[in-house]
Amino acid sequence: MATRLLSGNRAERGGEMAIHAVLLGASVISIATTVGIVFVLLSESLRFFDLVSVWDFLTGTVWTPLFRPAHFGVLPLVAGTVLVAGIAIIVAAPVGLFTAIFLSEYAPDRFRRIVKPMLEILAGVPTVVYGYFALTFVTPLLQRWLLPDMIIFNALSAGLVMGVMIIPIVSSLTEDAMLAVPRSLREAAYALGATKFEVATRVVTPAALSGIVAAVILGLSRAIGETMLVTIAAGATPRLTLNPTESVQTMTAYIVQVSFGETPQGTPVYYTIFSVGLLLFVMTLAMNILGQWVVRRWRQAY
Amino acid sequence: MRQSQIDTVRGISAEQFHRSLRGRRLVGKFAVIIFLFSTFIGLATLAALIIDVLIDGIPWIDWDFLSTYPSRHPEDAGLRSALFGTIWVAGLTALFTFPIGTATAIYLEEYAPRNRMTQFIELNITNLAGVPSIVYGLLGLAVFVSFLGMGRVVLAGALTLTLLVLPLLIVAGREAIRAVPDSYRQGSLALGATRWQTVRYVVLPSALPGILTGTILAMSRAIGEAAPVIAIAALVYVTFTPGHPFERFTVLPIQIFNWVSRPQADWQHVTAAAIIILLIVLLSMNAAAILLRDRFQRRSEE
Repeated sequence: MATRLLSGNRAERGGEMAIHAVLLGASVISIATTVGIVFVLLSESLRFFDLVSVWDFLTGTVWTPLFRPAHFGVLPLVAGTVLVAGIAIIVAAPVGLFTAIFLSEYAPDRFRRIVKPMLEILAGVPTVVYGYFALTFVTPLLQRWLLPDMIIFNALSAGLVMGVMIIPIVSSLTEDAMLAVPRSLREAAYALGATKFEVATRVVTPAALSGIVAAVILGLSRAIGETMLVTIAAGATPRLTLNPTESVQTMTAYIVQVSFGETPQGTPVYYTIFSVGLLLFVMTLAMNILGQWVVRRWRQAY
Repeated sequence: MRQSQIDTVRGISAEQFHRSLRGRRLVGKFAVIIFLFSTFIGLATLAALIIDVLIDGIPWIDWDFLSTYPSRHPEDAGLRSALFGTIWVAGLTALFTFPIGTATAIYLEEYAPRNRMTQFIELNITNLAGVPSIVYGLLGLAVFVSFLGMGRVVLAGALTLTLLVLPLLIVAGREAIRAVPDSYRQGSLALGATRWQTVRYVVLPSALPGILTGTILAMSRAIGEAAPVIAIAALVYVTFTPGHPFERFTVLPIQIFNWVSRPQADWQHVTAAAIIILLIVLLSMNAAAILLRDRFQRRSEE
């Protein structure tokens, strides 16, 4: 009897260990994904950098990999990316901040419960749909009322629509930070005679500042990595410009442009998408890490 | 000290105070209007987007549109191959994502020791969630399509999307598991259940609705993604429905992208009609997730 119990225990323990191993194995997949991304981007980029030096790639101002003579200077793509993402964050940072202030400090609970899920829908709309909207609605609107000379594919419409798209990211992270500010701080300010506006802007906003900064950084990182919207609406012209009414090409749009053409493996053009992808990966990773660091470093502990 | 603070210290007359208070209240009232207006920018854009798409697309939707293949003529074009491709890819992605994501969530919440390794896995998952989706496309292109020699097939697309949405499901799954009260686990362990028995028969049944909600939301993200799937599938003219995971395919967002850049007005209507179908699919999935969450919340409150 005792032996049966013991052997049962041993079998049971073996089973438990096997399950533990399976669960750990599943978790390791996420690490393997990161390793895979870094390895793929680096190894394919290294083949590209056999043909073009890293320095020429990073400082060159002409990007014409599909033409002859081919030039591989990535700066026009970086400029296009920064331009569109910059417009987006100029829209999303203030609007997201004001939305968060309204939802966390002013809105009645019922209003918030209806509006928040609707804003979340905004974040869930596929980006091809935003591309269609920018191209067929926003651009004609701007051409008709503001900029009659603007061409169809332009950085401005793409940036504006992308700004609306990332409002929910900025506002929800900001609102979380504001809700974490304790009531006692607000009450102390009211007791000193502050108006509601003064409490919101001089007490709650500074107290939530680390969260707000992180929200803007993460929103910007999202804007840099956004792909379909800019591919559809911002054009396919790599151009070193900061003029928002011109057609540009972002890093992500270039990768899509090359990959939907089924470029054969082994050609220089095939490797360019990995080196552009590597630069994109490094930029967004740096911003995400910076965002997390800001939160950790400056979070007020209450 | 600011000027206003110095005045307060020095003492100001009641009349001065009331005059400045009126000003401060006016500023506050003006600000509320701006905050409220900002909140409505996102909502108004969402409304404009939906109305724009409906006006352009509704007249083009009929049974033929769903059941015929793409065509060179807008009036004959249909979504059949894209719909079946999306069903194939989403189905396989769910099949892979659900067990891996759930296992990782269980491991991190129930098994993982609090050490460097666990911290590293957690940090890694946070950062993976911030990697641009097109980078996953490059990973899939290099690993599944080229290195493993699958080619541009359904399975390669599904595996790529699995890696993309895994972090979402892991985060949702962990929250669901964390919400199971510790007393349940202690009760189960006190009855002599092993760790795995506790997880399998006590924790998982309680956490399942939350995990399923997370799975549905992860699937809706996968269905709306275009960029990584374009890197895998390319812009191919598909006039068949895939019969097994090793056939070529297209999905709804790629079909939309394919149509959106054609200049003729009729294509704009076809694109809008396809967008309506995509949004209906996504909205019904989100509605299902919300219903599931609501039922679960009500049950746990009883």
